[in-house]
Amino acid sequence: MRNVAIAFLTGFLFSIGLGISGMTKPEKVQGFLDIFGNWDPSLLFTIAGAIFVYAIVFRISKKFHKPFFAPEYFVPTKRELDPKLLGGSTLFGFGWGLSGYCPAPAIVAAGGGVTPVLAFLFSMLLGMWFFSITDKRYFSKK
Amino acid sequence: MIDTYFLPLLGGLLIGFAASLLLLFNGKIFGVSGIVGGVISPQKGETAWKIAALVGLILGGLLMGLLRFDAFSSLPAPPMPILVASGLLVGFGSRLGNGCTSGHGVCGVARYSPRSITATALFTVAGMLSVLLIRNFGW
Repeated sequence: MRNVAIAFLTGFLFSIGLGISGMTKPEKVQGFLDIFGNWDPSLLFTIAGAIFVYAIVFRISKKFHKPFFAPEYFVPTKRELDPKLLGGSTLFGFGWGLSGYCPAPAIVAAGGGVTPVLAFLFSMLLGMWFFSITDKRYFSKK
Repeated sequence: MIDTYFLPLLGGLLIGFAASLLLLFNGKIFGVSGIVGGVISPQKGETAWKIAALVGLILGGLLMGLLRFDAFSSLPAPPMPILVASGLLVGFGSRLGNGCTSGHGVCGVARYSPRSITATALFTVAGMLSVLLIRNFGW
């Protein structure tokens, strides 16, 4: 139950952080990605701020043997690059630029009453569902 | 000035702080594509916290909407085919590549994970290319 409360708090604060930073406005995200045009560097400060805090806390977390409310850390340890990572990230990035939405800001915008984003979210769920089917059939056998 | 630098930085610090809570208390990475994917394909004992995180995101958005906080676009949305294509690519690609802007871009890069740093570089460049295409050929 404590873990569920922490997860809720994380989602809630993350949401407010996205809203304050402007990440929930797709035109802001596209402006950040528009380096060949009218580039808006402001989200660079968002990314830098988020990475700065998390990098410090991650270092601190290594000093504790375990998280406060869980028996162990569930942090990915894999380091090798593979075609799935490279191909998936490229597809993801291309889709991200098209609308200016990625998963978290789209969910926040839906909560804020932005109705067109529901078309994005529904398609995103469809894409994830399609992945779960193809993954079982093709990718996992390798 | 405040809008350009201070608020984006403040928001970023809060984003980092929020993701840190999940790491310090629950030992988990805050990766939203993985969280949504985990709700679609549930694993035992992993569903309740994922749903709670999503509810938190939605309620944060709801609160900002109700308070008329300037967080959401006032511009017309992209046309439906673009929203659908974007959603399909984001959904499929983030699951195939094991993460999105939150899991790879924030948590992974801050852990100096070679996979996440590569993923973040790739999806940023791919995003720049798709914006370049949109700007030149329109919707």
